[in-house]
Amino acid sequence: MKRNSHRAQNIAFFFLLMATLLIVVPVGLIVVIIIQKGLPAINWQFLSDVPRQGMRAGGIFPAIIGTIYLVTGAIVFALPIGLLAAIYLSEYSKDNPLNRIIKLAIINLAGVPSVVYGLFGLALFVIFFKFGASILSGSLTLGIMILPIVITTSREALESVPQSFREVSLSLGASKWQTIRNIVLPNAIPGILTGTILGLGRAAGETAPILFTVAAFYLPQLPKSIFDQAMALPYHLYVISTQVPNVDEKIRYGTAFVLLALVLFMNLVAIIIRTKFRKKKKW
Amino acid sequence: MRKIKEFIIEKLILICGIASIFFVVLIFLFLLKEGLSVFNIVSPFNFLFGKSWYPISEPPQLGILPLILGSLLVTLGAAIISIPIGVGCAVYIAEVAPGKIKEILKAGIELLAAIPSVVLGFIGMVTLVPLVKNIFHLPTGLTALSGSIMLAFMAMPTIVSIAEDALYSIPKTYKEGALALGATHWQTIWRVMLPAASSGILAAIMLGIGRVIGETMAVMMITGNAAVIPQSILAPVRTLTATIAAEMGEAVVGSEHYFALFAVGIVLFFISFIINVTADLFLHKKQ
Repeated sequence: MKRNSHRAQNIAFFFLLMATLLIVVPVGLIVVIIIQKGLPAINWQFLSDVPRQGMRAGGIFPAIIGTIYLVTGAIVFALPIGLLAAIYLSEYSKDNPLNRIIKLAIINLAGVPSVVYGLFGLALFVIFFKFGASILSGSLTLGIMILPIVITTSREALESVPQSFREVSLSLGASKWQTIRNIVLPNAIPGILTGTILGLGRAAGETAPILFTVAAFYLPQLPKSIFDQAMALPYHLYVISTQVPNVDEKIRYGTAFVLLALVLFMNLVAIIIRTKFRKKKKW
Repeated sequence: MRKIKEFIIEKLILICGIASIFFVVLIFLFLLKEGLSVFNIVSPFNFLFGKSWYPISEPPQLGILPLILGSLLVTLGAAIISIPIGVGCAVYIAEVAPGKIKEILKAGIELLAAIPSVVLGFIGMVTLVPLVKNIFHLPTGLTALSGSIMLAFMAMPTIVSIAEDALYSIPKTYKEGALALGATHWQTIWRVMLPAASSGILAAIMLGIGRVIGETMAVMMITGNAAVIPQSILAPVRTLTATIAAEMGEAVVGSEHYFALFAVGIVLFFISFIINVTADLFLHKKQ
């Protein structure tokens, strides 16, 4: 009896291990394949030149710049709103129906399919506000999309600041806002930074929200204002892998490599900040 | 003076606090504003259950049943693959894996969650699609099956991380009680911990499926995009999301086609709304 149940345990744990390997091994393979086939394509010319010969040669410079503009615009929009929203949720709101509805709205905002954000951006920014397909429209669309990430992580960071810090500050005569600005926010900065960078990474990798709001199929010059269209890395990868025939494998893998490296680098930075902060925490 | 400044700041904080509600409502209103016009041309019933999607023929035929079935088929396939593997992995990480390995596995899962969907779509195109084509001797590997496999990978990080949280949040006394009564570790997991965490695991599964239904780029790149009622999992299909992404670029603003694509967006919005609200209810039941 005892032996049987131990055998059952061994079999069960074996299957659990298999399930885990079935996820982790392909992830490793994906990263290895992209590095192995993409890295040789990377050189200064590929990173700094415009696409040539109908995107079959040349580089991806405009797509890199476009993505940087879009991501910057998205965070400029999402960080202030997201941070203030997080302050509201952690410092001001009470456990009431409004608070419940706000939390539900954040969950839903996080769950709306990315292509629906694209539709929304098209209807509101491109057509209703007449911004046209532009960096402005794309940035605002991406900004709303990453809002839940910024709010949730910032809120966690604010809530992890011990209550006693606030009480001491308030008891010394500081007002509520002074307490938040001088005591709570400085202690929550690493967590807020983590959330911001994760949001940046998400915005850099998304394709569907920028399809109809900003992305240019082929635009070999750099955008001059926020009302211009722009190329973007994820859309460029989509275009050269499905829309343009006979693109050299090297260019496809190279583009995938640059995009993946960019996104993973941001996630890595976020993880490092988080771990460092946890180690340094004195409370 | 300071009072006025603080008053303004606190009002600003309140406004941003309710901004999320504002944006959800705004998204919904603008989808309705652009999408409802389609029901002047086709009745809601014929829109949802019409068998043909020929948006640019004369007159346009705007039935999205093939797209709904395409989404359902791909999602079902992805669910069958990702639920056992995802929950199994969550149990392994939460209960079986030793400390150091646990951290590595969690980093691996986070890595998967971070890979942009267009990169996964690209990798699926160059590795998975030829594989499916050769194994089943098909004319094309761009099938519902390829889409299901790829989407399963996109659902797994969600399922694993939320199911793992659910397992962690079970009171330690449950586990200790079972072990003290002489149950093996596995018996404890199977008979005590999994049932105790069931509502959290259910929420994890629902959110994973929500991710799959809303996924766009990878699915557009590897399912073949044939807007017909799917006959088999080895045939090309077209999902709701891919239809919007593939056709909106060509739809003329204000045309029937344009309205119809927004109406597809309304359908997607409702599906994700229902899934997220229900999953949230399950998560709160736990506490």
